[in-house]
Amino acid sequence: MIETASRIKQPEHPLDDLLRTDRIPHIWCPGCGIGTVFSSCLIAMKNSGLNLQKMAMVSGIGCSGRAAGYVAMDSFHTTHGRAIPFATGLKLGNPELNVVVFSGDGDLFAIGGNHFIHAARRNMDLTVICVNNLNYGMTGGQMAATTPHLAKTTTTPMGNPEAPFNLPLLAYAAGATYISRWTILHTRDLTRSIDTALKRKGFSFIEVLSPCPVNYGRRNKEKAFDSLKLYQDKGIIKNGANPSEIEMDFEKGITLGDFLDVDRPTCIEQYDKTCRLI
Amino acid sequence: MEFWRVPLDAHEIEVTKGIVYIIEDRCKGCGYCIEFCPRQVLEFSPGFNVKGYHPPAAVKPKECVNCHYCEIICPEFAIYSVEAPFSDQPAGVLP
Repeated sequence: MIETASRIKQPEHPLDDLLRTDRIPHIWCPGCGIGTVFSSCLIAMKNSGLNLQKMAMVSGIGCSGRAAGYVAMDSFHTTHGRAIPFATGLKLGNPELNVVVFSGDGDLFAIGGNHFIHAARRNMDLTVICVNNLNYGMTGGQMAATTPHLAKTTTTPMGNPEAPFNLPLLAYAAGATYISRWTILHTRDLTRSIDTALKRKGFSFIEVLSPCPVNYGRRNKEKAFDSLKLYQDKGIIKNGANPSEIEMDFEKGITLGDFLDVDRPTCIEQYDKTCRLI
Repeated sequence: MEFWRVPLDAHEIEVTKGIVYIIEDRCKGCGYCIEFCPRQVLEFSPGFNVKGYHPPAAVKPKECVNCHYCEIICPEFAIYSVEAPFSDQPAGVLP
């Protein structure tokens, strides 16, 4: 009885207050993992207890770049590859803000690769969430800097001849102070990592593997469920693993976990210490 | 959920109950909630939503333990669970 009574008056979705519900359903394809990463991010933001009025989401171009348009808080959809520079500007202009960069691998590491390494070098106080779907999904599935060796895409029909980036190692070498990698299946760990990253200062980088069934999956005979099965079977959680030893090989294993959490003076602190001698 | 051994403190543990709500018209039929529900509460419904997808339906609504996994893995913000007002099942009775 109670069940039928409550079914008549359905309560709102718990994340509806953080979403621009007039734009939902979103544009992401059925089986795409960006929605899951986005929902994890919103849950982490909501449960972190931080002031959401002092939080901003910045995203670049691509499928995951649409996220900034769906969130009902201060958000910024920037030009291609320039999410991190815009976020840096936001943070420097208003150091009280908690800035989250939510973008894809093509945006952050191909056209925006240089910005990424320099923001990590300076230790800008940002949280960077990279949705890695292993190709350029929005433009039709071209090869990206993260496409695995021998994977088929529209621009590499015989298999990718190149080696992909090891993103956590790149972030580590560039000087990021918090690095973790999860898949969309490990949503609870992902939410916890985002929560940690939001509350800490310094450059935090979280890579999230996400299936792209329509562009990457179709050409590699991998349905959305096959990708998730791969994550489940091949995912090896090694917290604190050395970033140079972590792997992303869909046959040998994908190393997941929180790899690094160290403290280093942030860009703003260093600037104040060096240039604002009062 | 099946146990190969009933935990010793099973009679003391109170299992929370949840009610699953589905916003059918947001669903794109990816089936993640159905596949990864730890209690197999959900199944594809035979009907269509406005976009022509088969949304999930709670076939065993009493089994829901309010773990929120469907809510967090759903990419479409189309499913969520809330805690049931009170438990009508005595503590420790395992299905």
